[in-house]
Amino acid sequence: MRRIGIDVGGTNTDAVMLEDGRVAHGVKTPTSPDVTTGIMTALEELTCRREVARSRIDGVVIGTTHFVNAVVQRRDLAHVAAVRIGLPASASLPPFCDWPTDLADRVRGEVFMIEGGHDYDGRPIVPFDEPAMLRVARQIRASGIRSVAIAAIFSPLDPSCEERARAILSEECPDISVTMSHRLGRIGLLERENAALLNAALIDLARATIAGFIAAVRGIAAPLYLTQNDGTMMQAEMAAALPVMSFASGATNSMRGAAFLSGLTDAMVIDVGGTTTDIGQLRRGFPREANSVVEVGGVRTLFRMPDLLSIGLGGGSIVSADPLSVGPESVGYRLIEEGLVFGGNTMTATDVAVAAGLVQIGENRAVADLPRSLVQRALDLARAKIEDSVDRMKTDASELPLIAVGGGAFLVPDRLAGISQVSHVPHGDCANAVGAAIAQVSGETDQVYRDLSREEAIAAAEAQARERAIAAGAERGTLQTVDVEDIPLAYLPGNALRVRVRVAGEMAPSTNQNGSSAVSQ
Amino acid sequence: MRELALDDVEALAVGAWILGTGGGGSPYLGLLNMRRLYAVGHRVSLMSPLDLADEDWVAVVSNMGAPLVGQERFADSRNIARAVEIQQGLLGAKFRAVMPLEIGGGNGIQPLMAAAHLGFPVVDADTMGRAYPEAQMTSVAVGDLRPYPCVLYDPRGIEAVVTKVPSWRWMERVSRKICVELGSIASTCKAPRTGREVKDWGIHFTVTKAIGIGRCVRQAQRHQEDPVEAILDEGHGKLIFRGKVIDVARRTTEGFLRGRALIEGLDEDRGSQLDVAFQNEWVVAWRDKAPIAMSPELICVLDTVSGEAFGTETIGYGRRVSVVVLPAPSVFLTPKGLDHVGPRAFGYDLDFRSVFDQGRVS
Repeated sequence: MRRIGIDVGGTNTDAVMLEDGRVAHGVKTPTSPDVTTGIMTALEELTCRREVARSRIDGVVIGTTHFVNAVVQRRDLAHVAAVRIGLPASASLPPFCDWPTDLADRVRGEVFMIEGGHDYDGRPIVPFDEPAMLRVARQIRASGIRSVAIAAIFSPLDPSCEERARAILSEECPDISVTMSHRLGRIGLLERENAALLNAALIDLARATIAGFIAAVRGIAAPLYLTQNDGTMMQAEMAAALPVMSFASGATNSMRGAAFLSGLTDAMVIDVGGTTTDIGQLRRGFPREANSVVEVGGVRTLFRMPDLLSIGLGGGSIVSADPLSVGPESVGYRLIEEGLVFGGNTMTATDVAVAAGLVQIGENRAVADLPRSLVQRALDLARAKIEDSVDRMKTDASELPLIAVGGGAFLVPDRLAGISQVSHVPHGDCANAVGAAIAQVSGETDQVYRDLSREEAIAAAEAQARERAIAAGAERGTLQTVDVEDIPLAYLPGNALRVRVRVAGEMAPSTNQNGSSAVSQ
Repeated sequence: MRELALDDVEALAVGAWILGTGGGGSPYLGLLNMRRLYAVGHRVSLMSPLDLADEDWVAVVSNMGAPLVGQERFADSRNIARAVEIQQGLLGAKFRAVMPLEIGGGNGIQPLMAAAHLGFPVVDADTMGRAYPEAQMTSVAVGDLRPYPCVLYDPRGIEAVVTKVPSWRWMERVSRKICVELGSIASTCKAPRTGREVKDWGIHFTVTKAIGIGRCVRQAQRHQEDPVEAILDEGHGKLIFRGKVIDVARRTTEGFLRGRALIEGLDEDRGSQLDVAFQNEWVVAWRDKAPIAMSPELICVLDTVSGEAFGTETIGYGRRVSVVVLPAPSVFLTPKGLDHVGPRAFGYDLDFRSVFDQGRVS
C-alpha cells in the first residue's frame, strides 16, 4: 500500500509518501497562486526521489484550508439563491437571518420560501407547492444566478421535497448547481441551511480548485480524495460538490498525523506554525471535538470540528526586549527574509531558538551576540504561554503525553508542567500531510425512528451508515462504528428516537488500473 | 415600566437558558426573532407585576412541544401573537400585558415576541421561576386558579381551544394530545390571569433575574473571569459539584425525556460521582448515592468554561461541567407546592431537603 498525502496550506504545500504504514519521504514547497503548480512540484520531488512509478501509487489524498479561508476572507464567493421549503412554518426566520451583514451582502442573491416540508413523524406539513417551485425556478433562471441552496423542514428524515425541487430546477435551468441541505446532514434547520448556503457560495471555487488538483495528479493511476473535518476522506468528485465538508480538515489532519507519527492515541497535540500555534487533544486517535456550535466566518453551522485553542506564537513571532514580548506579531512567511539568521533585521522566536542551540537554521553567527539573559527570558515566556494554553485544553489534571509538530515545534521544550513526556517526531513538520495520507472513509446517518426498539433503530441506522461509507469508497470488512448517539424525542409519545451513527474504515483498494485517474472530470 | 434594550434581550436569552435547568429548549431562535423585530423598530417594555390593577387581564404564553421539533419548525413571533389574539377574542376584553408561563428556556423569550407585535408590555413575572415539563407544575396551579381555556395555534390555520377541564392535570393530558397531533409544537396562550392573580400567585421579577444572570455571564466571558462564580453571586446559588460527564442514559416514557447523567468529580470533587436524574429538566442529584439536591430547587448543569447551560437533550460524554443549585421560588416550598413539583411529583420517594440547609458535602 503506497499513498501520497498532500496538505495545501496558505503558505506551503507539503507532501508525504506513505509506504506500508511508514513515512518514506516528505517534501515542503511554496504554495503556488494557481495551486496546481505547487502540487506538481511537490509530487515531482516525491516520485523522483523515491523512484516510484506513478502507476504504483494506491491513492492520493489532499487536505486543504482553501475553502474555509475563502469564507473567512470573503473572497471567491458566488451569489446564491436560497430556497426554503416549509411554509407556513418557520416563516419569521428566513434564510441568511443570522449571517454577518458583510458576508450576507456578498452571498445573498435571491431568497424564496415556499410551502412544503415534513413534521417529525414524517407527515407532510402541507403538500409541496410544485407550481410555486416552478415559478421560483424561472425567476432564478431570469436572475442569472448559477448556484442554488435548497433546505426543507425535516429533510434529513424525508428528503423528497428537496429532491423534487432539484428536479424542477434542473429541468428549468439545466446548468445550475444545486446544494440540497439533507446531504450535509443533521437535524437543525438553521445550521443545516447555513451549511447549504455556504456550500452553494463555494461551489464555483470548489470546481475550479479541484479541477486544479485533478490536473496536478494526472498520470497517477489512483483515485484522488479530499479530507473532511473529522479526519476521514471523500472522493474528489464528491468533494467538488460538498466543499464545506473540508472546512476544518487542516487542523484535523495535523492532529491525526501527530497520532500516527508518535504512535500515541491519547495525548495533547501542539502544532507550532509560523504565526500561530494550535493546541488540541487526541482521544483514541481522533481530535476531541468542540462542545458548542461552530461558527465559520461568523455563520453558525452544525459541523463537528476539533476543539482547538489558537495562540499568537510561532517560529516567526517577533521578539522585543523591553517590555519583553514574544508574538502575537509575526513576520509570517517573510521569516526567510526578515529573521536574523536569514540575514534580516527582525528578532524572531526562531532566532532566539537558534541562539539557544535548540535548532540549527540559517546562519547561527548572526545571533551569537544576543544577550544570554534575553534569550533565556524569551524562551521562558514562550514556555509559559505554551504551558498555560496546554493546561486550558486538558480536560483533567492527570498527566498526558504531548506531541509537538509543525515547522516551529522546536519552540516546545522537552519538559512541561502537567505533561508526562514531550514527543518531537520525525516528519513532524509535515504532520498535516501525514494526516491526509492516513485518512479513512466514513459514512453517517441521522434520522428519527418510531415504533422500533432502541437496538433495532440503532441497527437500522448502522446499516445505512455502512452503506453510505461503502458508496463513498470504504472497504466493507474494515468498517467500524465510531460514534452512536440516540436521543429520544422529548415530550413525544410512541418512543420516537433520533439516532445518529457514524462509521469509518479503510479505503477500498483501487479498482481502476488503466493508467488514468478514477476521478471523472 | 422600562423599555428593554436589545442588550437586555441578549442577556435574557443566556439567563433563561440557565434557569431552564436543562429543559425548555434553547432561546437562540427566539433571540433571533427579537433581533429582527428590534431591527425594524419594534420595542418591548417590561412592567412590574405590582403595577397591574386587580382587574387587568394578563395573557400567559408559551411555545409548547418538543425542543427538537423547534429546531426545524422555528418559533415564529407572529404565531404566538396570534394565540394571544384568539384568547383575547374568547375573553371579550383587552389584555393589559403578556407574561411568560416559564422563564426557563426558549419560553422566556416568547412573550417578548407577542408583545412586540401587539404593543403590550411584558410582566416581570412567570409561573415557574424556571422550566417544568407539565401544565400542573406552575404557581397558578398550586394556587388552584382556573386552568381553562387554553388556546393552541398552528400556522396551517388550526386554532384549537380547550374550553373546560376539571383540573390542571386534565389540561396537561388534553392539550398534550392536541399538541402532538399538530406535529409536537404549538403556540399556546394559557388561561388568562387577572392582575390580582398575578400579584398573588405569579413568581415575581423573574425576567429581571434572568437578564441579571445572563448579563453577569456575558460580562465574565468578556473579561475572562469565571462565569460560574458570577452566576453563584448573582443567583445566590451554591456550587455542588465540578466534574466531567462520563455517561448519559436517556429514554422516553409517557412522552417525556427521562434519564440520568453521571458526572465524575474533578479538582475538589475528585473521587466522588454526581448522578443527576432528569425528566426534560434536571430533577434530583445524588452525590455518591446520597440525594443532595432536588426539585423545586434549580439544578443547573453549566459549561465550566463558558458558564452557559447544557440541555438534557444535548449533554454528552466528556463535557466539563459545574453543577450549581439556585433557590426555589417560595410558592413551591409549601406542602401544596411540593405536591406539584417536589421529588415525589417526579416519582422519587424522597422528602424535599434544601441544599441551602446543608453544609458542603465532602
